[in-house]
Amino acid sequence: MSAIGKVAERKPQAGPSSWWYRRGRFTASHIALTIMAATMLVPFSWMVLASFKPLQEVEQFNPFPSVWRFDNYLRVFEQVPFARYYFNSIFVAAWVTFLQCLTSAMAAYAFARLRWRGRDIVFRLYLATLMIPGVVVMIPNYTVMVKLHLLDSYVGLVVPAAFGAFGTFLLRQFMLTIPPSLDEAAEIDGATPWQIFWDVIMPLCRAGLVTLAIFTFLGNYGSFFWPLILVKSEHLRTLPIGMLYFDSVYGRQTNLIMAASVMNIVPLIILFVAAQRHIVRGVQLGAIKG
Amino acid sequence: MKARRHEFRAALGFLLPNFVGFGVFTAGPVLFSLAISISNWHLHRTIPFRWIALGNFLELFVDKDFWLYSMNTVYLMLGMPVAIAGSLFLAILLSQRLRGIVVYRTLFYLPTFTSGVALMLLWKALYNPEFGALNAAINWCIDTFRVNEVVRALGGAGVSAPTWLLSTKNLVGLEAEEVRSSAAQWGMGARDALIIMGIWIAIGGNNMLLYLAGLSNIPPELTEAAQLDGAGKWAVFRNVTWPQLAPTTFFIVVMSFIGGLQGGFEQARVMTQGGPAGTTTTVAYYIYTKAFEELMVGYAAAISWLLFTAIFVITMVNWRLGSKELNY
Repeated sequence: MSAIGKVAERKPQAGPSSWWYRRGRFTASHIALTIMAATMLVPFSWMVLASFKPLQEVEQFNPFPSVWRFDNYLRVFEQVPFARYYFNSIFVAAWVTFLQCLTSAMAAYAFARLRWRGRDIVFRLYLATLMIPGVVVMIPNYTVMVKLHLLDSYVGLVVPAAFGAFGTFLLRQFMLTIPPSLDEAAEIDGATPWQIFWDVIMPLCRAGLVTLAIFTFLGNYGSFFWPLILVKSEHLRTLPIGMLYFDSVYGRQTNLIMAASVMNIVPLIILFVAAQRHIVRGVQLGAIKG
Repeated sequence: MKARRHEFRAALGFLLPNFVGFGVFTAGPVLFSLAISISNWHLHRTIPFRWIALGNFLELFVDKDFWLYSMNTVYLMLGMPVAIAGSLFLAILLSQRLRGIVVYRTLFYLPTFTSGVALMLLWKALYNPEFGALNAAINWCIDTFRVNEVVRALGGAGVSAPTWLLSTKNLVGLEAEEVRSSAAQWGMGARDALIIMGIWIAIGGNNMLLYLAGLSNIPPELTEAAQLDGAGKWAVFRNVTWPQLAPTTFFIVVMSFIGGLQGGFEQARVMTQGGPAGTTTTVAYYIYTKAFEELMVGYAAAISWLLFTAIFVITMVNWRLGSKELNY
């Protein structure tokens, strides 16, 4: 509806009445946007404020704590090895991200830059596998991990997540935008496919790699199902699993749960603010059908 | 021709790492899963392994729980159209050249970006019927605006805040243990709580960004031409914006179906344990409990294959309807 507002702005008509009209639309839009923004923000604000409250004040309607209990955050570290959870989540997500970017970029290069028979059919089939629900492969993967004695290990957490059709698809989109004359020039200079890939193409799709890295890291930092069934021992718990355990054991301490939740999402907020451009583009690019 | 063969060999090399991983962790497991779905495999060694052909699927057909949980899955997807319409509305608001758009967009995207266990624990606390902030606010409204005095004056029984995650009530009045509905079950309960949370998380998320991209791709001449022809705001939306956004909407709907049918696991595990009375158990959570709590791996694999089939069929149907609609 307000797309018309956009047009009205582009083609301003003369006369004070249209100015008032536009002003009114402008204000109405801002009011609607502000209400929505508030709806998004209120739960987050409650979480942050609750994390600083003494326990008995959490259930009170008064938004601000009477005393700011900064030590709530320290008490989370005393009750559970929260630093360990942090480390595990970041360690696992970083490894998955590295491997995923490498394998996806290589596959994307084969699909986007090399010419071979059946390429596009293979690519389409590969893309179609994105439809396979995670639950279908979880059970077999779990039994394979049991057989390989990789249950409850970092390798078991990292390796199954390190390959995927999505990354290949995303990077292929980026690589298709690079002019083919570049590869040809390099080829004439006698470069091998690997050299073209590594020295010509990879630097040019840095933006795509950053986007993929962000999404892969994000997905694995918060990954839930796989660590839930794979991890048995305390020292391997990632943040989501550690949070689940914390909630099941100390769930009555809502203020501490909220402190842990705040600590869980702060790195994500930093990541988002730092890389917003890449994230927005990545989401929008992922939708363009290949 | 020689160059082609050369490139084919290079392509094999580049594809190898990804394809090996794909084979070991996706393609192989899919086939393995199909195989165990026709077995009675149980992770407890006491039950002897047997091939039982379609036994699991026949059992599923009369498994009342399975049908109830399928119904839950569908019910939880009712939030989808609301979330999609909301995303479109927000995208249209954001596509105007207003000041502070980036700030708004950041705030709207925040729940999607941080979604996960932490936000579910937050909502679990908000939904707590005794101590939660949500019911504190609702009760405050009921008291302040004397809602109950008005309702009683009109002959009603009085209203109270829902008990959210502890309640089996729902907007359609579905019974908890039977596939039928009754007036006593009418209200707001655990499933509705999860739907509301889902809309809150998704409304300003990826779908909104997709719509924003879609809107920026509409040639301005189209809307301007319609305006010059004297089309009103609604007419322009109906005849220009909406048809131009059809491919985006189509993509979003397909992805929402795929996600929705296999969804609900994390919420159930973190917030409700599938309860109360199994009302928030979805098909995905049922598979998890069968496989990893009851260790009935064969049966769980059968359910997962049925789910896979359902997703596949619905995606194909969507595709058919969509391509007819879009004139590809």
